[in-house]
Amino acid sequence: MPAIPLAKAPQPAATKPAQIRNFCIIAHIDHGKSTLADRMLGITEVVDARNMRAQYLDRMDIERERGITIKSQAVRLPWRSSLDGQEYILNMIDTPGHVDFTYEVSRSLAACEGAVLLVDCAQGIEAQTLANLYLAMENNLTIIPVLNKIDLPNAQPDKFAAELARLIGCQPEDCFRVSGKTGEGVAELLDQIVAQIPAPVGDANAPARALIFDSVYDSYRGVVTYVRVVDGHLSPREQIQMFSTGVRHEALEVGVISPEPVAGKGLGVGEVGYLITGVKDVRQSRVGDTITTYNNPTKKALAGYKDPKPMVFSGLFPLDGADFPILRDALDKLQLNDAALVYEPESSAALGFGFRCGFLGLLHMEIVRERLEREHKLNLISTAPNVVYNVVMDDGKQVRVTNPSEFPDGKVAAVFEPIVKSTILAPSEYIGTIMELCQDRRGTLLGMDYISEDRVEIRYDLPLAEIVFDFFDQLKSRTKGYGSLDYEEKGDAEGNLVKVDILLQGEAVDAFSAIVHRDKAYSYGIMMTGKLRVLIPRQQFEVPIQAAIGSRIIARESIRAIRKDVLAKCYGGDISRKRKLLEKQKEGKKRMKMVGRVEVPQEAFVAALATDADIEKVKAARKASQ
Amino acid sequence: MSLSFYVHIPYCIKRCGYCDFNTYTPAELQDGATLEIVSNDYIDAVLIELQRAPSDVVPTIFFGGGTPSLLPADDLGRVIAAIKARNGLTTDCEISLEANPDSITAEKLSRYLEVGFNRISFGMQSAKPHVLATLDRTHNPANVKKAVTMARAAGFPSISVDLIYGTPGESLTDWQETLEAALSLDIDHISAYALIVETGTKLAAQIKRGDLIMPNDDLMADMYLLIDQLCETKGMEWYELSNWAKPGHACRHNVGYWHSKNWWGLGPGAHSHLNAKRFWNVKHPTTYKQKVFAGESIIAESEQLTPAQLKDEAIMLGIRMREGLQLELLAPYQMEVLATYRENGYLELAQDRVLLTPAGRLIADRIVREITF
Repeated sequence: MPAIPLAKAPQPAATKPAQIRNFCIIAHIDHGKSTLADRMLGITEVVDARNMRAQYLDRMDIERERGITIKSQAVRLPWRSSLDGQEYILNMIDTPGHVDFTYEVSRSLAACEGAVLLVDCAQGIEAQTLANLYLAMENNLTIIPVLNKIDLPNAQPDKFAAELARLIGCQPEDCFRVSGKTGEGVAELLDQIVAQIPAPVGDANAPARALIFDSVYDSYRGVVTYVRVVDGHLSPREQIQMFSTGVRHEALEVGVISPEPVAGKGLGVGEVGYLITGVKDVRQSRVGDTITTYNNPTKKALAGYKDPKPMVFSGLFPLDGADFPILRDALDKLQLNDAALVYEPESSAALGFGFRCGFLGLLHMEIVRERLEREHKLNLISTAPNVVYNVVMDDGKQVRVTNPSEFPDGKVAAVFEPIVKSTILAPSEYIGTIMELCQDRRGTLLGMDYISEDRVEIRYDLPLAEIVFDFFDQLKSRTKGYGSLDYEEKGDAEGNLVKVDILLQGEAVDAFSAIVHRDKAYSYGIMMTGKLRVLIPRQQFEVPIQAAIGSRIIARESIRAIRKDVLAKCYGGDISRKRKLLEKQKEGKKRMKMVGRVEVPQEAFVAALATDADIEKVKAARKASQ
Repeated sequence: MSLSFYVHIPYCIKRCGYCDFNTYTPAELQDGATLEIVSNDYIDAVLIELQRAPSDVVPTIFFGGGTPSLLPADDLGRVIAAIKARNGLTTDCEISLEANPDSITAEKLSRYLEVGFNRISFGMQSAKPHVLATLDRTHNPANVKKAVTMARAAGFPSISVDLIYGTPGESLTDWQETLEAALSLDIDHISAYALIVETGTKLAAQIKRGDLIMPNDDLMADMYLLIDQLCETKGMEWYELSNWAKPGHACRHNVGYWHSKNWWGLGPGAHSHLNAKRFWNVKHPTTYKQKVFAGESIIAESEQLTPAQLKDEAIMLGIRMREGLQLELLAPYQMEVLATYRENGYLELAQDRVLLTPAGRLIADRIVREITF
């Protein structure tokens, strides 16, 4: 049997680099990565059949439910190659599979020498997979193209083999065919990983250098840091040092995951494992940083370290103002495990107290919000997400704007916004509608290539703000779900941007302000004033709703004064009933926010700013309280 | 202290489509039964319940329903006589009867007068057949005029009609014609209610299905302003939000509710108010009768009002009255809220009172909500 009992396999800290193969699997959501990983765990017998469960490596509920990996994993798999009969240690490093986590992906790739490019042969490659593939190629990884799900009746392995061959410059017959579901081809794939992917190279005698490719907070053990040792050696009880901060820690435990954590004697050149220092905050153990030893520190960090940079900002507010302290504690806790999450308290005249949060992207935002709600039982409203603007004033002063309400009032010389280089993959029949969408979103066409007979790769520069605003949903609906999108930062560019304020009775409402392109300001104004006219109940006086750029009004609606709010009948038995009704309506009034003298129901804010899911939630909460 | 009585007659020949009152048709109570059978011992039960009430002197009695005029005058007379014998009536005691214009005859009217009634209120609702049809009312609008004429001829000193506005399909012109018809009658009092769609009624189902569409609030408001204007020109002044009367003809029984006087409700589902306590009886006539005859308590629920609730109720009810709210009921923060309403023309200040303007009456609940509870 090619599997090797763990006890007899080469041990951590005593495995020669030549015996090691470090690889990752690059795949799109639902192309079967987790199933293939499960199958590898089974075939190498690190998990016996009795303990096997689906998506074994996905730890969080959210990961399992959504079928996406939020955090990476590293599993040590002993394997005897049937090609040469030798023993090997395969380290499978799982990578997060979403555009928001490009940086994390790049660090996972940097920990490997090779990558399995896994593509569902009923669907073909998707934009994010392509982006990660390019990233892997830039990192000089050996790519093993693999077509998965060959057992499916609608599989088209020949078509997509040709597509992959064209992309990575190999022959279609070099594409490996497997079924994660039936296990067909998986043992052979492990043999090919051994045969094709180079062994790690490093200097065992040099000062230690280990790359942090993931960092996870565990409530019992503190931060668990996942590392790939490049040079030297890491041992338990040793003083280690973070290169970027110079902070010293003691390595309390060093071990490997197989697939449960096993403490060991350390990690040598080329090995992948974890270490625990007792720190409580992942920001002290940052992805991409270099770990060295305190007594013999390296002078040269591993390349590629970056501070996580939030790209998208949104306000998170508890539906019930009394939950603010719970939200604060929840964010504090979440940040222990999410170095990319930033937040600061924000108070909105409209939504009360909450936090302005910065995220890597929309998915990151969604995940954070979902975890806050699920793990801390919070009911949240999130404001429309926006990007970071750089406003240059006439006097040369620069203002960084993460919230439209911070947009400066004075004379603005220029506004810069983040631009992304985006890649869209879709069947060629949708080229027209995709280009229309991108043009409408202020895109600049960079190029277009056929990646197979009927599938194209379209490249555009787009303002990130346009992507943040329902671009992905639009793309999916215009391409019947077949279009996929990836993007990467491409710096800032000047945009003809203005801030549109929404005024109720002449008073600007912070939550409704938006920074939009001048050409779209008018339609934004019309849309927003129209929406609010319907959403805000009639008041005791007429309420003008205006949209304005500075002092110039660009759209106007008005809510006429209320005319009737009375129950005509009020006799003996009606009195208790009426009192109770008024008491209940008074409860409803608490969900009204005063904007100047205008009462605005919370629903109006939600409906005007938030997602459909938010609107449903507010309705449900309202119903439950009735 | 005095004690008014409300006597509930929980029977109707037919249930109207908009009605969610505590009333039953004989068939609903007992398959194939006649009114005589189901109501047979009802008055006996009411008289037993009467024994549980305080014995203060009685300034008003009101028979409501249901359709009290379905019962023979003698049956209703037994209740009046019992109250008179037990508690005593004030010399000007007002005794009102709600009557269906269809089930009235000159002879019946005389008998009602003889047993003590001195005020009668007819359910007119509308003069427009299509509006009555939507409301599921069976009476012929011409019968209202007949009934009023007969009541006056029989000698009723105070006659009222009830109207409903805002029925689906009713235009402002329809309503004006109804008002003109009502005001041409020899009446002393009008009650007018905006139609409320109660859940569980046939009307609610029709609206939910989209068969009928409720008029918007603006039309309802215009209808209210129209009745207010027309009544005042006919010498009927509003004395409560939904009630207009010639001088001396305000319904003192109802005014007692709004002044939080003590009253006792006899019959199933009837509410009572004694000092700061409100309580109400079990709802179903059969349960009610069984419990009364078994000597058991018939109180379904009760609530003891806190001083704060009492004050809020006083505001909620007082603001609906022509004489308005006493300023001394209001705290400075409440006055502050009212100040903006005053600026916007919804209320006026008169010496020691806050008075609603016609526009203010239309949003009375909103104003109450802002300053109470």
